[in-house]
Amino acid sequence: MTTRHAITAGFVPLLDSALLVVAREMGFAEAQGIDLTLLRERSWASIRDRLAVRHIDVAHILGPMPIAGNLGLNLPAPEMIVPMALGLGGNAVTVSPALWQAMADHGATADLDARANGAALRAAIAVRTGAPLRFGVVHPYSGHNYELRYWLAASGIDPDRDIEIVVLPPPDMGDALSEGVIDGYCAGEPWNTFGVLRRGGHLATVKAAIWRSSPEKVLGVNARWGAANPEAMAALLVALYQASLWCARPENHAALATLLAQPAYVGHDVDLLLPALDGKLPVGGETVRTIGDFFVPNAKAATFPWKSHALWFYTQMVRWRQIGHTAERQRLAAETYRPDIYRAALKDLGIAMPSVSAKVEGALTVATPVGSSGVLTLGPDGFFDGGRFDPDDVEAYIASQTVG
Amino acid sequence: MKPNELNVLVIDENRIRAAIIEDGLRDAGYDQVTVIDVMHGLARRIADLNPDIIVIDLENPNRDMLESMFQLSRAVKRPIAMFVDKSDELSIEAAVEAGVSAYIVDGLKQERVRPILKMAISRFNAFSRLSRELEETRGELENRKVIDRAKGLLMRSRGLSEEAAYALLRRTAMNQNRKIVEIAQSLVTAASLLDPGGTE
Repeated sequence: MTTRHAITAGFVPLLDSALLVVAREMGFAEAQGIDLTLLRERSWASIRDRLAVRHIDVAHILGPMPIAGNLGLNLPAPEMIVPMALGLGGNAVTVSPALWQAMADHGATADLDARANGAALRAAIAVRTGAPLRFGVVHPYSGHNYELRYWLAASGIDPDRDIEIVVLPPPDMGDALSEGVIDGYCAGEPWNTFGVLRRGGHLATVKAAIWRSSPEKVLGVNARWGAANPEAMAALLVALYQASLWCARPENHAALATLLAQPAYVGHDVDLLLPALDGKLPVGGETVRTIGDFFVPNAKAATFPWKSHALWFYTQMVRWRQIGHTAERQRLAAETYRPDIYRAALKDLGIAMPSVSAKVEGALTVATPVGSSGVLTLGPDGFFDGGRFDPDDVEAYIASQTVG
Repeated sequence: MKPNELNVLVIDENRIRAAIIEDGLRDAGYDQVTVIDVMHGLARRIADLNPDIIVIDLENPNRDMLESMFQLSRAVKRPIAMFVDKSDELSIEAAVEAGVSAYIVDGLKQERVRPILKMAISRFNAFSRLSRELEETRGELENRKVIDRAKGLLMRSRGLSEEAAYALLRRTAMNQNRKIVEIAQSLVTAASLLDPGGTE
């Protein structure tokens, strides 16, 4: 490769930074002529700030954040685009031993079923006296915040009145749980496994049970940088796609966990990183459960930046009163995600790609081959309450949403 | 509102840097300055203090929490990100470069806060310059020790004077286009490998 692209990417030390780490460490970036520098950050705010002043060109970022930035909700964010997702799923809800006991008394089971355990949480709240339960999430504009609220609301719990939701840095959540500062949290890995194995917490449910194959982190790109460096951006997407294939192979999981365990990356023990990669999660006590599609790095078009994902995030911003709905804002949200750039960058790889840019979310109850080749399988992608989101009728979905 | 009526909160896990900022603020006439360098119970303390301005190090992992508090909390007046004015790109850049971020209460005029931010930026920069210099000084001391040991080795093994030993090191370094300390380090390493219980 003669072309050299120097790209600096920011990331937060979480399991789903894997694609960027592997692109660099396993030589996929180099093979595309990219000199990839990774910058580790300790907050999403500092990722945003460094994107704004162009210390970094691209970043591992919460799926809703670039949308929030483009809507002016998260200054000083630069204009951003999302040409790729960095996998599906990966989060869980961990609760304190006391809350788990209260939930278990009302029928919660270790199978992590979102419906049954949501009902149990509601029943536990109904008989609770004293201060409302407090749950931690990682950021207001995060999949964590929205999926936790979705689960609670669909279980008949008002996330703003029946409980309190606070933002905490993920590394502090396990301690906050064991000190009784919070009663539960929704976070990415390794922080649920950490909470269970090191702080005595118990999983209540997982993202994959609330909404299977749902969006999480994405590649956020400073739009000015992307416009000025289309070749570098395309080369990076190829490298990241190849990294996603590598991450998806079970035989690589041990090596990936070892790689991520390095202090420069996630920096934790391998035993905290491997469960999420293998989809075999410690749920509390000695129990370990195999969870289908817990974290999906490549299959099911896991790196495709669906406009329907962007629009669903937008509907949740409206639902939880972070912004009022207008047609213009809806358009800005949808245009933040750029499947056109993804398709153009990866077309030479000969992989099966979705032929549409948006889909009805929650429509597939079983794995379904799509496209004429049948190589690409999507779903199941159901919401646990049977909900469906039709991106062609955003206003009807917004109107149907309750807040409590 | 005079400067001293503004309630300024400095959040920084680095106590020395926090003290330097506090000092600067007091010098500039800000009397109500609180420093938090322990992050435990941060949210509660901010709510209690109800500051007009928060200066925080950019790398602080609690910034997402802080920003969400401002967004949602009824307990605190509504502070907002310092850099709401997009035209202020240079000062955003200078602040991020220096590693500092700031938040102000909504409604407070930006001009009133600019001197605080300016001071914080310059003190953050001064702090990292000092840290860097300290590091370099430490490095130089280490280098001098290595070179002294290498000289000692040469003096003993080849019967050279100190001056001649140094000249040999320098000449070798020049010939190999390397630094004297690198040659000295190789020599010391080689000597310890050849004679692990050595007397040097």
